[in-house]
Amino acid sequence: MNLILLLFIFTLAAFLGLELISKVPSQLHTPLMSGANAISGITIVGALLATGANEGGTLAMILGVVAVAFATVNVVGGYLVTDRMLAMFKKKEGDKK
Amino acid sequence: MSAQDIINLAYIAAAILFIYGIKMLGSAATARRGNIISSVGMLLAVVVTLLNKDIIGPNYLWIAVGIGIGALAGGLAAKLVKMTSMPEMVALFNGFGGLASLLVGWAEYEKIIARGMGWDAYLLQTGGNPYFTSTVIILAVLIGGVTFTGSMFAYGKLSGLIAGRARVFPGQKAINVLLLACIIAVGAIFTVQYNDLYIAHRLIVVVVGLSMLLGVMGVAPIGGGDMPVVISLLNSCSGLAAAIAGFVINNNVLIVAGCLVGASGLVLTVIMCKAMNRNIANVLFSGLGATVQKAGDGDQGEVKAISVQDAYYVLESAGNVIFVPGYGMALAQAQHVVRELGDILQENGTEVRYAVHPVAGRMPGHMNVLLAEANVPYEELVEMDDVNPTMPTVDVAIVIGANDVVNPAALEDEGSPIYGMPIINVHEAKTTFVLKRSLAAGFAGVQNGLFFMPNTCMLFGDAKASLSALIAEFKEG
Repeated sequence: MNLILLLFIFTLAAFLGLELISKVPSQLHTPLMSGANAISGITIVGALLATGANEGGTLAMILGVVAVAFATVNVVGGYLVTDRMLAMFKKKEGDKK
Repeated sequence: MSAQDIINLAYIAAAILFIYGIKMLGSAATARRGNIISSVGMLLAVVVTLLNKDIIGPNYLWIAVGIGIGALAGGLAAKLVKMTSMPEMVALFNGFGGLASLLVGWAEYEKIIARGMGWDAYLLQTGGNPYFTSTVIILAVLIGGVTFTGSMFAYGKLSGLIAGRARVFPGQKAINVLLLACIIAVGAIFTVQYNDLYIAHRLIVVVVGLSMLLGVMGVAPIGGGDMPVVISLLNSCSGLAAAIAGFVINNNVLIVAGCLVGASGLVLTVIMCKAMNRNIANVLFSGLGATVQKAGDGDQGEVKAISVQDAYYVLESAGNVIFVPGYGMALAQAQHVVRELGDILQENGTEVRYAVHPVAGRMPGHMNVLLAEANVPYEELVEMDDVNPTMPTVDVAIVIGANDVVNPAALEDEGSPIYGMPIINVHEAKTTFVLKRSLAAGFAGVQNGLFFMPNTCMLFGDAKASLSALIAEFKEG
């Protein structure tokens, strides 16, 4: 049952994503991609649990810590760089007014 | 209500923030706020995860080490990267996300082993199905691994560490198919033999290795100009990998957020393919640009070169000018001088617009970001479909480092590999200046008939230097 429930959520989320993003002006393609990329860093939650709930496997620990580090690069770097880009778009709109 | 219920409610809240965030990223007015909202969702998800009762006290130190290193590296990279290098930055981040998902899948398996009791204890605790869990572990490793090395290879090509051209060799497709078949076969054995920990433990390492190899092999035949499609697709894969990692650890927020990213990457992939009038299979497997086409090279006519001074006289009397930037503008870091020349022309009473082709550059929207960095006002940017009908009334079109996206062969020559791709019709403008280092063919390896047309003038040299020289002429004049 749990399995079916997860697949159910997966399917709904996929359709939701396609609906949400179908119309994006080409000007925003790069920020959208890098912003979405930052969201894909959500795998950090899995990395945290893998590292934190580990009961002594050395290899599991190494894999977990490396996963946390890379996922954090993805999250922190992704959000900051997206914000940097969007700030440039914003500034431009300020000029207009 | 248990602590775990509260954590799950917080995950729902985080998912809502992601959904709003990504929706707001789709519109210029709200995009920045959207990004902040989604980052709040991420922070919430991370914080409540740290409250999980399964996390053992001493392990917080290791978590802190991982987060510290990652935050420092990510923060520095985001601050220091040049806007022209954005495609390789995004490729790198994509790859890291994929790697993290691979490791999450693998680490989960190591945990099953490390308990010493194998699956029985694990299943008792999680209430899962061994076939399902081992299948999703393999999938997470496969998609994560392909995303990781594929992105690293794309990063190498984009940053110039390795040659950006397509690499094709005989039997390449067959080898890739064989490789994928191997991975599926090994994965299937892993799933069926889940109870034999000794064998399965070795099989997962094999899948890690083969997946990484497949990522490199998959991106190798794709050349530089097709990079917008590849990056979009890898972006989609990094989301999918995160969603699959969610199946591995039974976590809904990973599934929802990963799926949203997977969908957005897919949408961008389709948009990019449409802008090139090719389908995804053609982009991935054709190896376009691996060989330089010699056809149509012969009687193209003569190339007319123009001096900076003559170009100045033409521009000075022009009523309206269109800039058409391409990847060459990014390479030459010329976006600021382009804007400067645009401003001078405007002061001179010339109408200035910037026409951006959807696949110009190395990632979707690449040129828009660069022009935004140089403070080009949004109203002066025009899209391909809007500018083409007005092209015959344009006095001067200035092509800066764009090639295939202005190649009239895409409209006329049915034998051309880029035939059918919509282009910016600069050949219809009254005069076209092409800023280019040499007459070399574009990424697609196709000679550009535009250079030989009677109304085209070539301004040879580095785009930035040529534009600076033009600006100097205006200042003197």
